[in-house]
Amino acid sequence: MSIIAITILALCAIGVTAAIILYFVAQKFKVYEDPRIDEVEEALPAANCGGCGYPGCRGFAEALVKADDISNFNCPVGGAAVMSHVGALLGHEIKAADPTVAVVRCNGTCENRPKTNQYDGAASCSIAASLYSGETGCQYGCLGLGECVEACNFDAMYMDEETGLPVIIEDKCVSCGACVKACPNNIIELRKKGPKSRRIFVSCVNKDKGAVAKKACNVACIGCRKCEKECPFDAITVENNLAYIDYNKCKLCRKCVVVCPTNAIHELNFPPRKEKPAANPDAKTVKPVATKAEVQDAPKAEPKANDSKDETSDNK
Amino acid sequence: MLKTFSIGGIHPAENKLSAESAIQVLPIPQMVSIPISQHIGAPATPIVKKGDEVKVGQLIAKSSGFVSANIHSSVSGTVFKVDEIMDASGFRRTSVIINVEGDEWLEHIDRSEELVKEISASKEEIIKRVGDAGIVGLGGATFPAHVKLSVPPGKTAEVLIINAVECEPYLTSDHRIMLEKGDEVLVGTQILMKALEVNKAIIGIENNKPDAIAHLTKLAANYNGIEICPLKTQYPQGGEKQLISATIKREVPSGALPIEVGAVVQNVGTAYAVYEAVQKNKPLIERVATITGKSLKNPSNWMFRIGTPVKDIIEAAGGMPEDTGKIVGGGPMMGKALSSIDVPLTKGSSGLLLLPREETARKATKACIRCGKCVSVCPMGLEPYLLMVCADKKDYERLEKDAVMDCIECGSCSYTCPANRPLLDYIRLGKGKVGQIMRARK
Ligand code: SF4
Ligand code: SF4
Ligand code: SF4
Ligand code: SF4
Repeated sequence: MSIIAITILALCAIGVTAAIILYFVAQKFKVYEDPRIDEVEEALPAANCGGCGYPGCRGFAEALVKADDISNFNCPVGGAAVMSHVGALLGHEIKAADPTVAVVRCNGTCENRPKTNQYDGAASCSIAASLYSGETGCQYGCLGLGECVEACNFDAMYMDEETGLPVIIEDKCVSCGACVKACPNNIIELRKKGPKSRRIFVSCVNKDKGAVAKKACNVACIGCRKCEKECPFDAITVENNLAYIDYNKCKLCRKCVVVCPTNAIHELNFPPRKEKPAANPDAKTVKPVATKAEVQDAPKAEPKANDSKDETSDNK
Repeated sequence: MLKTFSIGGIHPAENKLSAESAIQVLPIPQMVSIPISQHIGAPATPIVKKGDEVKVGQLIAKSSGFVSANIHSSVSGTVFKVDEIMDASGFRRTSVIINVEGDEWLEHIDRSEELVKEISASKEEIIKRVGDAGIVGLGGATFPAHVKLSVPPGKTAEVLIINAVECEPYLTSDHRIMLEKGDEVLVGTQILMKALEVNKAIIGIENNKPDAIAHLTKLAANYNGIEICPLKTQYPQGGEKQLISATIKREVPSGALPIEVGAVVQNVGTAYAVYEAVQKNKPLIERVATITGKSLKNPSNWMFRIGTPVKDIIEAAGGMPEDTGKIVGGGPMMGKALSSIDVPLTKGSSGLLLLPREETARKATKACIRCGKCVSVCPMGLEPYLLMVCADKKDYERLEKDAVMDCIECGSCSYTCPANRPLLDYIRLGKGKVGQIMRARK
């Protein structure tokens, strides 16, 4: 009997001593964690996509709490709404960042860009890019093996079977930039979403001289600088035979779209044009047809494709 | 037992279809395109412009650094333009395009067949002439030869190893050079020995070329310090580290160069080019390539001028067979498929292989069955199945730790895998990324 009592008492005594020691140890080595980290994490969308540049939402929350100024931080998934909520939690003033969206800058569909060889290696764009220039005459364009689509965590992309190009589903794209990082050819860019999702961009990344680019692809930018001259807002620059539109300067007037001889400039989500500047009304919709006629004579042209001049002059 | 390297290795079907065909001279084309980057290292700088008259052997692009190589005109004629044209991998690179007129050589080049045995040039002169002649490793790696001859301070070369194994199936150009230019190769070897200040050279030849072994052994009796070493046929014996292991039983440590164990390796074709450069003043303007394939009418070996279009050599061998599925530049193991036949042949073109369609089709990739075959054949002792997964999952730290940079891209793993996994494709990708990371860290 007494053995049982002694055992119980001894165990209780050990338990209590251990508890006391543990209490002091816990006090001594306590890691202070800002409670706001949990709060901020709660406010984030928990997508853990890494689009902010931090390892997951918790990592981003820690960085946000630590930072003195969070105006340069952005959660692409949550966008302005989440960021202002976070701002309120942390007592920062937040001005809304312009929402962006991924844009595929290549329109080298099977029809526009004829195949010159066939690739049957491992189905990965990075591997294809490390081996050679791709299945067409364009050494810059989309390789069509869908690495970007694989990288997208939000089901916002798919490969269009007919064109062989990736397509971005605007409503689902949270602009995390995973596809941008995945693409070895730098085809995809995050661009300002624009009012009512209206956007204008050069859908080409080919830096070859005009004649070479045009030979490889009907809708390549040939670096003719017509758009650059046309743009009233200095938003377009042509470098290395390739035009680029600065979306911060672009006022969406659509003038460049009309002058481009190869239809390399795309407009998205605009209402149909009024009849007046009727020259090239189908610039967007009947693209393959419009361009096919051009190819017949373009490759013969000297590098700068001057022969397209007459075509564009009646555009104005 | 014949010697071979210590770990891994495979023995694919040899298919040396063109071994009996003597080297023929390919007619000079009407136009050549000579890329300014045909070697590892910085591209050369073009020094001619549109309209310039050039002669055979004239310098047209100057080496632009220590690891770079001079480029000479392989024909005489007028420079049509200096422009970007497509190279073998489809990318556009600067090339000098020359319209051929006649065949006028620079005067100081000795074109006679006469063998010049006396080596009058000093060590420094040899290295300078090899550099001036734009000689690169002709086994396919195209590493500038003069760089390997300049032994870094603090190191000494003990032995020169001549790579004459030609371990790639199908290719026979080195084999033919040994049979037809045996003396020249041996003089070239002695020149290389003089440049490196070594008194011993070993020529490693696989025993699937008994005639070359017999021929060179007979000739080598007249030369001091050259030993012919017959080797067991085993791929990839032509890899530097494998060849060193096979011939002198030394292992080059991971990440180190052969000079670490006192060895310098040069290809047998390079030895011949060195002979021509030093004894005959002839820069590297032509080389021998094998054109081969099972359906090809006439598998053969050709001496061609650098810059000749690929399609010319195909024509010479009887035209492209109907069933061609892939044209590989180089051998079947390490070669690369061409994306066009309009591209020029370059200093690195050791062969051209026309594979019939049914042999080129990729088989469906299946899951790894953990058979370990890739591990057992890897001559570098790597674990290809694991490296592939790490490359796919972008675990570059792990890749670096597991010595992905040691991979010599021999393709033995992909060749062996029963599940048809594209091991090397992924490993090469990982290697590229890890290389970038390592360079950024420096
Ligand atoms: S956009 Fe880039 S990643 Fe996507 S399919 Fe094209 S090349 Fe591949
Ligand atoms: S007008 Fe079209 S082709 Fe010309 S530079 Fe602009 S985008 Fe390129
Ligand atoms: S390719 Fe690389 S990993 Fe594969 S067997 Fe050769 S050395 Fe080993
Ligand atoms: S050989 Fe192929 S199946 Fe076998 S372990 Fe290697 S990767 Fe896996």
